[in-house]
Amino acid sequence: MEIKSFRKKITFLRRKTTNVVMLSVSFFAAFVTIVPLIFIFYYTISKGITHLNLNFFIKLPKPVGETGGGMVNAIMGTFILILIGGGIGIPVGILSGTYLAEFGHNKFGATVRFFADVLSGIPSIVVGVVAYTLVVIPMKHFSALAGGIALAILMIPIVTRTTEEMINLVPHSFREAGLALGIPKWKIILMIVLKTAWKGIATGVLLGVSRAAGETAPLLFTALGNRFWSTSFFQPIASLSVYIYEYASAPYKDWNDQAWTAALVLILLISLLSLIFRIITRSKYKKS
Amino acid sequence: MTIETDPKIINENPFSYFSKDFENVKVSVKNLEAYFGKNKVLKNINLDIPEKKVVAIIGPSGCGKSTFLRCINRMHEVIGGRITGSITLDGENIMDIDPVLIRKKIGMVFQKPNPFPTMSIANNVVAGLKLNGFRNRKALNEIVEKSLKQAALWDEVKDNLNESGANISGGQQQRLCIARTIAVNPEVILMDEPASALDPISTAKIEELIFELKKDFTIVIVTHNMQQAARVSDYTAFLYMGELIEFAETKKMFTSPEKKQTEDYITGRFG
Repeated sequence: MEIKSFRKKITFLRRKTTNVVMLSVSFFAAFVTIVPLIFIFYYTISKGITHLNLNFFIKLPKPVGETGGGMVNAIMGTFILILIGGGIGIPVGILSGTYLAEFGHNKFGATVRFFADVLSGIPSIVVGVVAYTLVVIPMKHFSALAGGIALAILMIPIVTRTTEEMINLVPHSFREAGLALGIPKWKIILMIVLKTAWKGIATGVLLGVSRAAGETAPLLFTALGNRFWSTSFFQPIASLSVYIYEYASAPYKDWNDQAWTAALVLILLISLLSLIFRIITRSKYKKS
Repeated sequence: MTIETDPKIINENPFSYFSKDFENVKVSVKNLEAYFGKNKVLKNINLDIPEKKVVAIIGPSGCGKSTFLRCINRMHEVIGGRITGSITLDGENIMDIDPVLIRKKIGMVFQKPNPFPTMSIANNVVAGLKLNGFRNRKALNEIVEKSLKQAALWDEVKDNLNESGANISGGQQQRLCIARTIAVNPEVILMDEPASALDPISTAKIEELIFELKKDFTIVIVTHNMQQAARVSDYTAFLYMGELIEFAETKKMFTSPEKKQTEDYITGRFG
């Protein structure tokens, strides 16, 4: 009897210890997850803040050798590239995601799904080469349009797959409720399903936009970069990410510092965009 | 709160347990067979549903009750079923009418309350009208009030019509779904175990409501709960393994069923 109760005690202790150990390990892993982000924020802010001033947002870059200047053309360029990329990528992504979720339970749907997954895994520099072949060569020069198309190709699979997953999360019972009310299917999809899934889709869109805003490789042979002010879709255009790459690898101290500032501005812009999205897609009703 | 079967009905229809004897047949089902893939779910069902009465469909799980109900407004197509035989609404074959139109005439209430969470209570009620292009604000507001009153929900929600339809209790949500169905002004309302996810008080309210609704609508209700069938319905159909075993006046069905299987089922010997 006594031995039995002693054994019971040992087992209990062992289980308790295992619990504590495993909990600590997973807590540590969770902590490790947030460490890189903290470092990124810390370094970008501490190094980038020194050159962060109004000039950065309103002046053009100075020629080599002169200090100061800003990157207004790159900020504008990033916006234009996102505008073109998003203008093509977001509608295509949302529509194809909707198709996949609502009608894509067939061979064609499975093929599209597979291709989208493969496309999202393709290195972005390859996408840049493709856009170079498809747009730059026929047009005979680098352009914002080519860069935007490269970014669109990168955004489409992200937006498509998130849209599909978010629509799949909408319970089937809402569709049935709509059908039983004699509402045509297209209106159910538009007014009930997409409206319910809207928040998740917006997250997918934001994910795509952030990815596009941060991409450098596909822009190298498409948008190229530009040291002057340009808003033309058909001329080479500057972008923050390409500037970060150029300035960080340049042999001038001043440029290196400005690269940090550009990185900080890029992060701030994406955060701002994210905040705006959150506000726009905020639910009308409080959670019960 | 209990609802007795109205004795008058039994007196008025001295003996009408064979379907063809009904005076006003609303929905007529002939040689109905339903399939999912190669699986035959309903076998040769023949039954007539009288106008402005409540018909309950009982039977053990998997007997085809819900499938039968869905066939009546072509909702079986949504889950990949197909049918042979005929179902007519006022003499017109439902398979010849556009499914969107047929569902406006034959509404449906589901087992789990499913109000649209992105819409307010008021908008949930008129969702069927609004999404079909009905825009007259004043008329819509009137329909909201009328439908909610008919669904016995008006007093509970009249002060928060603009709140989300998903923030009220389960029982209220189900009555909201009934209001939403009524708002389209259908002729027939199909109910698929409308109270099975609800507590006894909400259930009693729904049952009371069904009793009120049959003044204006023809109602077909699927239920697992035999007491409920006995309380709310005028006629009861017993389905077993996809076959219609017996269809009779509820009172007769629950006191002296013709078939042995029916008796076994209602006395709880199987199912």
